[in-house]
Amino acid sequence: MWKWLHPYANPEVSYHFAGKLKPWLGLSSALLLTVGLIWALLFAPADYQQGESFRIFYIHVPSAILSMSIYLAMAIAALSSLVWQVRLADASAAALAPIGAVFTAIALLTGAAWGKPMWGTWWVWDARLTSELILLFLYLGVIALHNAFDDKQMAGKAAGILALVGVINLPIIKYSVEWWNTLHQGPTVSKLGAPAMASEMYWPFVLCFFGFALLVGAVACVRFQTEIITRNKMRPWVRNLVTSEVN
Amino acid sequence: MNPRRKKRLTIVLSVLTGLGVVSGLVLYALSQNIDLFYKPSEVHYGKEDTGLKAQIGQRLRVGGLVVPESIVRDQDSLKVSFRLADMKMPISFSEDDPMITIKYDGILPDLFREGQGIVANGTLMDGFIINASEVLAKHDENYMPKELADGAGEKHSKPSYSKEQLEGSY
Repeated sequence: MWKWLHPYANPEVSYHFAGKLKPWLGLSSALLLTVGLIWALLFAPADYQQGESFRIFYIHVPSAILSMSIYLAMAIAALSSLVWQVRLADASAAALAPIGAVFTAIALLTGAAWGKPMWGTWWVWDARLTSELILLFLYLGVIALHNAFDDKQMAGKAAGILALVGVINLPIIKYSVEWWNTLHQGPTVSKLGAPAMASEMYWPFVLCFFGFALLVGAVACVRFQTEIITRNKMRPWVRNLVTSEVN
Repeated sequence: MNPRRKKRLTIVLSVLTGLGVVSGLVLYALSQNIDLFYKPSEVHYGKEDTGLKAQIGQRLRVGGLVVPESIVRDQDSLKVSFRLADMKMPISFSEDDPMITIKYDGILPDLFREGQGIVANGTLMDGFIINASEVLAKHDENYMPKELADGAGEKHSKPSYSKEQLEGSY
């Protein structure tokens, strides 16, 4: 069953695969984000209560969803590295962590910028905001652990354990608005049944979301390649690659 | 799967399950502290699940809907008072609902209006009055364009202030 995956356990094959994937992800992301963001920021109708400020939604919500999805992807990579000792899984977890941290920070900052005019405060210690802040700290911890050891395998193990323990935070973030009274509103786009949003506001969101998701893919490919090269710098194929690119 | 991998997988999964149960219990034990606010009925009769009642003079947060036509503005300053009631689905208000009165001196958030969800932070006084130091608007998860909302007959005007009101507060 896993036969088709086996060649990708080889760093060289994975390096070239990521290299091939990169331009496609980058181009489609650029296309979707251009159309989606122009539509969302210039042409989508303003909200009946929030006016123009609601447009921050188109950046805030995709980054918040992605901050959690990237964490899940990183945790799955950490699990396969701990249990099946796939070396490359460590490299991909290390590649994903900073991207996730950036999207978490974007979600927190755009949320604060929206909260000031709408709620009347930059920050409130409710369950949703606090658990998302903890997610940022988890990311920072994982990044720090990846860089804390000279031995990359050791670093991957330590960071992987932290990443796995932090998975418990994901359902807390997701359901915080349903389990407790929070100032943060309930889910809009992932609501069962119809999204709680007019369709002319919803479609630009779909484009923006997939645009950002593909952007994550493209950046992840670049970072994954770099991780592979730094981890295998003594291997002949990397030397050949570098010398052939120099000449 | 070979035995070593199986063993590692069992260890990882059991540690995760253990941690999950522990954090679940911790969150359950802390649930009344994680709740951001009391509902107006909970100020009257105590918290729904624990029966915990707020004491007079206690600092607390109250969340509820602004009762329509209960907003009283001072003409020369930003002082305002309004009543909050529990949110019920579908949204309706009646005189018999447990309500609390909020007194506040300051600029209300943009989303403040009749029927809107509000979280107020302040001290509980006698007679279910709260002297609020902060009033926050809670937004719901629904988004729609203005034309659609006009058709649905929704209220959506921002709070507005006269010049005298704004100057009176300084």
